[in-house]
Amino acid sequence: MNWEIVIGLETHAQLSTASKMFSGASTAFGAAPNTQASAVDIALPGVLPVANREAVAKAVRFGLAVNGGFSDNINRRSVFARKSYFYPDLPKGYQISQYELPIVKGGEIPITSPTRGEIKVRLTRAHLEEDAGKSLHEDFHGMSGIDLNRAGVPLLEIVSEPDMRSAEEAVAYAKALHSLVRWIDICDGNMQEGSFRCDANVSVRRPGAPLGTRCEIKNLNSFRFMERAIEFEAKRQIDILEDGGKIAQETRLYDSDKDETRSLRIKEEAHDYRYFPDPDLLPLVVTEEWIGQIKASMPESPSVQRDKMVGCGASPQQVSQLTASRETSKFALATFSGAPKEEVPTLSNWILGPLSAKLKEHNLDIADCRVTPDQLKALSKRVADGTISASAATTVVLPALWEKEGSVDQVIERRGLKQISDSGAIEKIVDEVLASNAKQVEDYRAGKEKAFNSLVGQVMKATKGKANPAQVNEILKRKLN
Amino acid sequence: MLYASLKDLSAALAQRKISSVELTKLFLERIQKTNGALNAFITVDSEKSLAQARAADERIAKGDAKALTGIPVAHKDIFVAKDWLTTCGSKILSNFVSPYDAHVIERFNGAGAVILGKTNMDEFAMGSSSETSFYGPVKNPWDKTCVPGGSSGGSAAAIAARMAPAATGTDTGGSIRQPAALSGVSGLKPTYGLVSRYGMVAFASSLDQGGPIAKSAEDLALLLNVMAGFDARDSTSIERPAEDYTLDLDKPLSGLRIGVPKEHFGEGLSADVGKAVEAALAQFEKLGAKRVSIRLPSSGLSVPAYYVIAPAEASSNLSRFDGVRYGHRASGYRDLADMYRKTRAEGFGAEVRRRILIGTYVLSHGYYDAYYLKAQKIRRLIAQDFVEAFKQCDLVIGPTSPTVAFKIGAKAADPVRMYLNDIYTTPANLAGLPAMSIPCGFGNGNLPVGLHITGNYFAEARMLQVAHQYQKATDWHLRRPAGIQP
Repeated sequence: MNWEIVIGLETHAQLSTASKMFSGASTAFGAAPNTQASAVDIALPGVLPVANREAVAKAVRFGLAVNGGFSDNINRRSVFARKSYFYPDLPKGYQISQYELPIVKGGEIPITSPTRGEIKVRLTRAHLEEDAGKSLHEDFHGMSGIDLNRAGVPLLEIVSEPDMRSAEEAVAYAKALHSLVRWIDICDGNMQEGSFRCDANVSVRRPGAPLGTRCEIKNLNSFRFMERAIEFEAKRQIDILEDGGKIAQETRLYDSDKDETRSLRIKEEAHDYRYFPDPDLLPLVVTEEWIGQIKASMPESPSVQRDKMVGCGASPQQVSQLTASRETSKFALATFSGAPKEEVPTLSNWILGPLSAKLKEHNLDIADCRVTPDQLKALSKRVADGTISASAATTVVLPALWEKEGSVDQVIERRGLKQISDSGAIEKIVDEVLASNAKQVEDYRAGKEKAFNSLVGQVMKATKGKANPAQVNEILKRKLN
Repeated sequence: MLYASLKDLSAALAQRKISSVELTKLFLERIQKTNGALNAFITVDSEKSLAQARAADERIAKGDAKALTGIPVAHKDIFVAKDWLTTCGSKILSNFVSPYDAHVIERFNGAGAVILGKTNMDEFAMGSSSETSFYGPVKNPWDKTCVPGGSSGGSAAAIAARMAPAATGTDTGGSIRQPAALSGVSGLKPTYGLVSRYGMVAFASSLDQGGPIAKSAEDLALLLNVMAGFDARDSTSIERPAEDYTLDLDKPLSGLRIGVPKEHFGEGLSADVGKAVEAALAQFEKLGAKRVSIRLPSSGLSVPAYYVIAPAEASSNLSRFDGVRYGHRASGYRDLADMYRKTRAEGFGAEVRRRILIGTYVLSHGYYDAYYLKAQKIRRLIAQDFVEAFKQCDLVIGPTSPTVAFKIGAKAADPVRMYLNDIYTTPANLAGLPAMSIPCGFGNGNLPVGLHITGNYFAEARMLQVAHQYQKATDWHLRRPAGIQP
């Protein structure tokens, strides 16, 4: 009998603001320990929090983005609450978060499932909170070091419904979310620096049965680890159940070195966080007017741009890759603009193939691409109309454009890349090649297919690669048969 | 000079009859002489005070003086002041020197006032007797075997004993008004949000409010002019135009409607206090006010609601005192949990520990709705009582405390009896209303009785006017404890 895996994700996206959630200290990554911890961040006696307006605006952007631009999922009045526990990197002894009334409730993230096709993952909520500091347990000779630079950094915790049914779907959701938060400029998405962190709630059940007991897996700091951790965890649970055992509700940590999850704490050890509304902060009120202003400043959504690309003639697979980031999408739409529909799949391949490779080689973002959408369009056109070969376009023209050597036609002209498409001229060269390669002609006629390729190569060599390969093939075949 | 009003001191400084350095020295000497007996101050630092006094004298010489320039002010040791030890009356902060100034301190510094010292208080402002301080109990200047009230007992005793011309306090459930009443001085708790809480060590954030303690309503008005004002660093601070609280002081009382709540004159009110308050009400009628009988039906629930909400917030606010970053840390411990346990068990006194336990309990999973949420509902009922009351009257007047000052140690072993001291004062905190206490006579043991005046939101100017008119007609506020006269 089958098992169904049920997954929900909790994601902490660090909001890209200059200052912290409740203090004026900088959020820049990588500063010397405790140099970005203000009196508020270290919780001196008497200090008070003041909510960062920019962080709130970014949470509202998120709410609008996951609800098709509608604001009914944004709570006009939300409440900051204190979540209490003692830990040295939590200076106040409580974290300011949102509990009963989060700023965003509901919304959805569309994803492509490898097994279920286009599905929508529902969001439970998204709430604002502050990050804790960092405990450093090495290099302190039996003591611990505390770095409070990260303490108070604004986070948006995004909680999904348990709508995913495989590790692949969980990763697809995480990637879609990762792309969205960058798309709307609320998070830099840097997973190495911890700007985008995921925890997964995993349970298994027989199809149709009620939800099983879940375990929360922490420390999923890359998409690859997420997939492996969920797969490991699901298998672990299935093995226990199949052996007649029971799943204990617990928090587990993924160890990427050993590729396994291990228990961090069981439910009975879970904290009573004693949530209550933070009396230092008034309820967070978001006005219609402000929502309107924020909405007006939002970029076009990925789904709208996706529809536009499909309308231009791109394939769904291409579109999902082209909308991975707002800059790529912008570049693609600029490239497609004015291009005939039948050329769009080729143009998409240009962006996703050779151009991506070039950007990767130079470690550049597409926003800093040295080839313009118009140049790419012109280049593709010259391949389509047979002026140059595809290989010349990739290996010679594209690098030349990258080095700003001029327009597509100028490069073709200067480098002498124009294909010989004059069949008379090609025929003459073919005749010469056949006359001086009697052995290969004989071999071919004796049934050695390889000899044909060799003859093609000879023709191309004689034309310095400029002969139209299709024509060469056709003429050669005619003459040999 | 020890007995002069702030107005007179200000004039004397302006006319160069006395310098700020001389005035500060006068009070520092006074503290030196009397503090041993009263224990009103935790920290006195003459060098720092005199440096400020010298700066004030220069300012006066340059003609740049404001109303309080050069006047020494004693601050409750709950306001952090840069480079000053700020203990909150607790062992856990017994080594804490603040790197920054509270908003209230900034305002006084900006006005050119002199920090005269930091006054003793119940530990973390938790108490009604100033007995729970790590630095020992404060004594009532009227009778040194009695408490001065609390938690701002150090400030109240300092004013009563004329060790300071002006002082600050904080009031979470009566901590300015009750010690003012028991020590025979005047004290005002402003509308919640009028005085910034930035740099005021938090006890119960939704109830805490800083305010002045002084000899008279007129002095309170001058002090409130400095203390009140918007502060963007306190999200609960209210942005509104500045007021001059001295402006209306001399207006007559005719037409004033005084609401007298039936609930505050019933069981539990000591007869001597009741008599003095009745006499005061008669005095107001003589001054042209009209007496209206009102009801505050939910007021009996204020103490239970208060003793849920205040400990709940306190248990959370005091979590930061963990020995990790500053303050006391236990010297020997096995591991992190042991460090927390020992540090906090050693650092906090019994009353603070009790309230942390109560607060932790009422916020715990499964108890939150029954205690905290219910208390918040009562809080709204209490506020509603006042909305109804202020339809019939301009001010609500009654006793501040059910009894005069009690003996040191008398209620220390019975927290519930101690908590009932706050029965008339906690409603104003729960509703966020301004309230004050002024002396209105003497009761048993010839100890002072306080008159409690509650106003509508931002009615401080009206309250101060009414109190000033009363003080113009009476001399209770000018009486001084016999034992401390020079």
